[in-house]
Amino acid sequence: MSTIQSIAGQNEQHPDVALVERVKAGDVSAYDELVRKYERQIFRIAQHITQNREDAEDVMQDAFLKAYEKLDQFQGNAKFYTWLVRIAVNESLMRLRKRRTGKMVSIDEDLKTEEGSVPRDFADWAPNPEQNYNQSELAGILRKTIQGLPHGFRVVFALRDVEGLSTEETAETLGLSVPAVKSRLLRARLQLRERLSRYFKRKTAPTAQHGAPSGIDGALAQPKGN
Amino acid sequence: MTCTEFLQLLDDLIDDAVSTTLRSEVEQHLQKCGHCEVVFNTTRKTIEIYRCHEIYELPADLRERLHTAIMDRCRRSC
Repeated sequence: MSTIQSIAGQNEQHPDVALVERVKAGDVSAYDELVRKYERQIFRIAQHITQNREDAEDVMQDAFLKAYEKLDQFQGNAKFYTWLVRIAVNESLMRLRKRRTGKMVSIDEDLKTEEGSVPRDFADWAPNPEQNYNQSELAGILRKTIQGLPHGFRVVFALRDVEGLSTEETAETLGLSVPAVKSRLLRARLQLRERLSRYFKRKTAPTAQHGAPSGIDGALAQPKGN
Repeated sequence: MTCTEFLQLLDDLIDDAVSTTLRSEVEQHLQKCGHCEVVFNTTRKTIEIYRCHEIYELPADLRERLHTAIMDRCRRSC
C-alpha cells in the first residue's frame, strides 16, 4: 500500500537529485550540504541499531564516506536518503558483528518471542502522559523501552515510524518483504505501547481489568505475512 | 467488526490507509469496545511520542566535530 510520501514523490524531482549530480561532477561542497541535511538522522538510526554512542559515531562517519566513494553506483531511480540509510544499516550491523566477536548479526534474530503481540493492558493513559516527566526522564523511559524490543522489530519501528520511511522503502532498505515489514511494525508498535503503559496509564485507573475480552485475546497469536 | 478484525487493521488505520467505508465500520466498533479504543488511541500516542521526542540527541559540538571529520575524509579520498 502506498504512503503519502511515496505518492507525493512520484512526479517531481527530489532536491537531492541536483545535489548528487553536482557531487558527481566534482563539487564537494554539494556533498557537505547532503551530509548536513542527513547527519542527525543517520546518527539516530545507527544508535537505534548499535545501541552504543561510539559505534554510532563511527557508523555515521563510515556511512557518509562510503556513500561518497560509491556515489557513481547510485541510481537516480532511488532516493538518495534511502540509499544512504541502507548503507548506514549495513554498517551498523557490521559494527554489531564486530562487537560480538564475529558472530553473525542479522535483522531476523530474536523474533520468535510472542510477547506483546496481543494487547493485554487496556488501562487508558493520562492525557498528554509525557508531560508528567521532565525531558531527560522521558528520554530515559523511551530509550529503555525501545531498547527492550527485539532487534528486528526495533529497526523497523525506527525506520518506519521515527524516521518516516514508507513501508516499501523500509522493506527495500532492510531487504525484507513488505508483508514482513508490516508484521514486524505491528508487533513493534504493540510491544512499545504495552511497555509504555507502565509509565503512562492513569494513576487513578480502577484495577478491576483482569484478563482480556474474548474477542481480542489471541487475535495476533499467529502473526501474518512474515 | 470483531476485535480480531480491528487489530488486523490497526496499522492501516494508524497510517490512514483504509477506505471511508471501512473506517466507519471501525468507528462503530470502537464506540462499542472500550478496549479496542484504548489500544487504538495509545498505539497512536506511542508513535507520536517517539516521533516528537529526540531520544538520541546529537549535541551541536559533537555534530560539528563529526561533520568536519566526514568532510575531511571525503576530500582526502578524492
